[in-house]
Amino acid sequence: MSHPVTQALGCVLSISPTMQAVVAFLKTWWVELVCGVVIVAAVPLVAGYVVLVERKLMADMQARLGPMRVGPHGLLQPIADAVKLLIKEDIIPRDADAFIFWFAPVISMVAALTSMGAIYFGPAFRVAQDINIGILFVIGVSSLGFLGIILGGWASNSHYSIMGALRSTAQLVSYETAGGLAIISALLLSGSLKIRAIVDAQSDQHVWFLFLAPVAFFTYLVASIAETNRAPFDLPEAESELVAGYMTEYSGFRWALYFLGEYANMIVVASVATTLFLGGWLRPFSNVRWLDIPMGVLPALLIAALGVYCIYRAGKQPVKVQLGFMWVVALCCFGVAVIYLVPWLVAPLRFAIPGLNGAFWFLFKVAVYIYVFMWLRFTLPRYRFDQLMHLGWYILIPLAIVNIFSVGIAMFLSLELGWNRWLAVMLTTAFTLAVSLLLVRLHDKHASAASSTSAVPSDSYAG
Amino acid sequence: MADSIQNDASQQNNTLLGADELVLNMGPQHPSTHGVLRVKLKLDGERVRGTECVIGYLHRGVEKIAENRTYQQFAPYVDRMDYVAAVSNGLGYCEAVEKLLQVEVPIRARVIRTILTELQRIASHLVWLGTHALDIGALTPLFYCFREREEILKIFEKYCGARLTTHAFRIGGLQYESYDGFEKDVERFCKDFERRIQDYVDLLTGNSIWIGRTRNVGVLSAEDCIALGATGPILRASGVKWDLRKAQPYAAYDRYEFEIPIGTNGDTYDRYMVRMEEMRQSRRICLQAIENIPEGAIFGKVGKVIKPAPGEVYHSIEAPKGILGYYIVSDGTTQPYRVRIRPPSFVNLQALDKMIRGHLVADVVAVIGTLDIVLGEVDR
Repeated sequence: MSHPVTQALGCVLSISPTMQAVVAFLKTWWVELVCGVVIVAAVPLVAGYVVLVERKLMADMQARLGPMRVGPHGLLQPIADAVKLLIKEDIIPRDADAFIFWFAPVISMVAALTSMGAIYFGPAFRVAQDINIGILFVIGVSSLGFLGIILGGWASNSHYSIMGALRSTAQLVSYETAGGLAIISALLLSGSLKIRAIVDAQSDQHVWFLFLAPVAFFTYLVASIAETNRAPFDLPEAESELVAGYMTEYSGFRWALYFLGEYANMIVVASVATTLFLGGWLRPFSNVRWLDIPMGVLPALLIAALGVYCIYRAGKQPVKVQLGFMWVVALCCFGVAVIYLVPWLVAPLRFAIPGLNGAFWFLFKVAVYIYVFMWLRFTLPRYRFDQLMHLGWYILIPLAIVNIFSVGIAMFLSLELGWNRWLAVMLTTAFTLAVSLLLVRLHDKHASAASSTSAVPSDSYAG
Repeated sequence: MADSIQNDASQQNNTLLGADELVLNMGPQHPSTHGVLRVKLKLDGERVRGTECVIGYLHRGVEKIAENRTYQQFAPYVDRMDYVAAVSNGLGYCEAVEKLLQVEVPIRARVIRTILTELQRIASHLVWLGTHALDIGALTPLFYCFREREEILKIFEKYCGARLTTHAFRIGGLQYESYDGFEKDVERFCKDFERRIQDYVDLLTGNSIWIGRTRNVGVLSAEDCIALGATGPILRASGVKWDLRKAQPYAAYDRYEFEIPIGTNGDTYDRYMVRMEEMRQSRRICLQAIENIPEGAIFGKVGKVIKPAPGEVYHSIEAPKGILGYYIVSDGTTQPYRVRIRPPSFVNLQALDKMIRGHLVADVVAVIGTLDIVLGEVDR
């Protein structure tokens, strides 16, 4: 357990019993502490850059450039935004409940960050070591974030805010259920709630659970979009209807906390999906031995390629500062690539390879998942509230329940009766899809019946 | 306190627990009405029980200004009414004064007017499509629509130097000849546009969320449309085939073939389909018109000083948003005695309450979008 760093610390500080206690504490928990600090420090920055990436992607899809002013290609935009938000005037509406108004965004942010504590961002990088209810903890704590939204909407004392908050409450109840039921499929397959065990199960069974429970993955994808209030389910903050929903009265730093909480939540749901369905930190084809070396070097090469691309673009920057900045980015990429390559060259550091590569693949999958979120946001119109509820209760939840049985039957067929696993999965998935088609049919009928009765008679001939 | 709650409960016994209806002010500070329109909504939960439109935030007294300007001087003011379809406004005004003067406009001028007006119709519908889709939550079509609109505005700019408030036409004809390559520019736009319109169709027409948000939302029957005086795509989407370009041809519309698209249900989806088809038909008119622009003069016999004989005239055209009418009274001087304008948006807006009663809050923005109102025109 002793480590050179902690030993050195111990030599310096082993004077008083208090210090010794501190040192003992550090010796036991230093990994957790470092990871925790990294998460708390890095998440706001990462969230800021996720926003930048989102804006850039949106601009690309919409035939425009996006942020271009602050730094080359707007690379410093998140920092400028953060500074602007921090120095904004702090406004609490006169009729607001000041304490709850102050406290609500903190709940949102803290819940999102806490739930990150249980997630493994790679086999080595985690805060809490193998909590035995791991995934349940993540889901439960991240759900607490909605408390912040509801309280914030309530405390604002504004019509738009309260409507946004009420919408989000209803949405949470509906889609957390669907998402939770979807997760059960993966838990059945892995037989554990521990995050490490779930990933190990995918490694042992030589397959990502995405392929064994595709319907569950799809259900979780939809539910997670709704849970994070992203388009097409962004009703709580639907701009064209409710101004900004529960955030209407918020500004400056408090607003930034909500915003960060939202993006941190995106990272959480993406991490959960990655862990449960996309093989966590396993690389693609993790059981094909001869790919060990090429796939092992791939992360380093990809990062280096990014650096090369930055240098290539640097020549095209109109301003010298931008050119310099592009070089800095490129050098950072090369630095990371070197860190990834060193363990391959220096034998004593070999132990770090799985950790580094695992982190790369995990973050890569999370990024892809978030990219899908964004892609949907730029493409789809927004659901209406009643349609959202219908989708949740009439389609997703029944589908998720049916799917639990399907996955169970498939496992029974393959494990107990010795069927071919793929045959069993295909049959049960086909059954689930048939059920889902039936559900959509029923829902359409219901929807057309409901919408034709909603009009209230009024006499346009009058006057 | 208890008494008042009791009273409320007895008055509101149709709602649960005697809860009050919520009055929500949508606008003037609201992203969907951005400072120019206020809609008071009476809500029961999310359901709209009644609405009240408050207008006048953009009132500039255009009709009154007309009484203190000469006929020519007033022409640029009409551009500022429906500012996303300035050319159409100008056409209506110029033709009205020409009718008052009983002047014949040369055919070349009328054809060029037709081309520009149809381009303006496409541009206006593009603005509608983009903002309507944005209100319903689809972010991307807006930018595609503005990209295409930009091409049209470039043609306007090349023609008369202005992009938005063009003042493209003069009473009696045109001030400017069409520039070199005008036909080519229009043709290139029309050729491209066919492909572009397919983009919007791909993004929206078949999208089940879009259909869910627009079908059976804001239904207006043909009788209601006629009773309320709603015109343009709104009337046609309800199944009434009424288009002044066919019914009372003006400019050079009688020379070209085009269809008048109509809907059946009169819901938001039908209005969407009607406007999409109108863009295709406008494109068709433009393509026919540029094939053969007649040679000749571009200005009729109108003197430098316009002094119509005492009398009155009403002239209406099919603007992108509906029937745009000008009623002009002359007292024999160089200034009109009275100009009364019938803006399509103002009349169409009256259908709002009828359309959203019983729907949800989210439908309010969809319906405001589908009405395609421009507040500059509503308030004048």
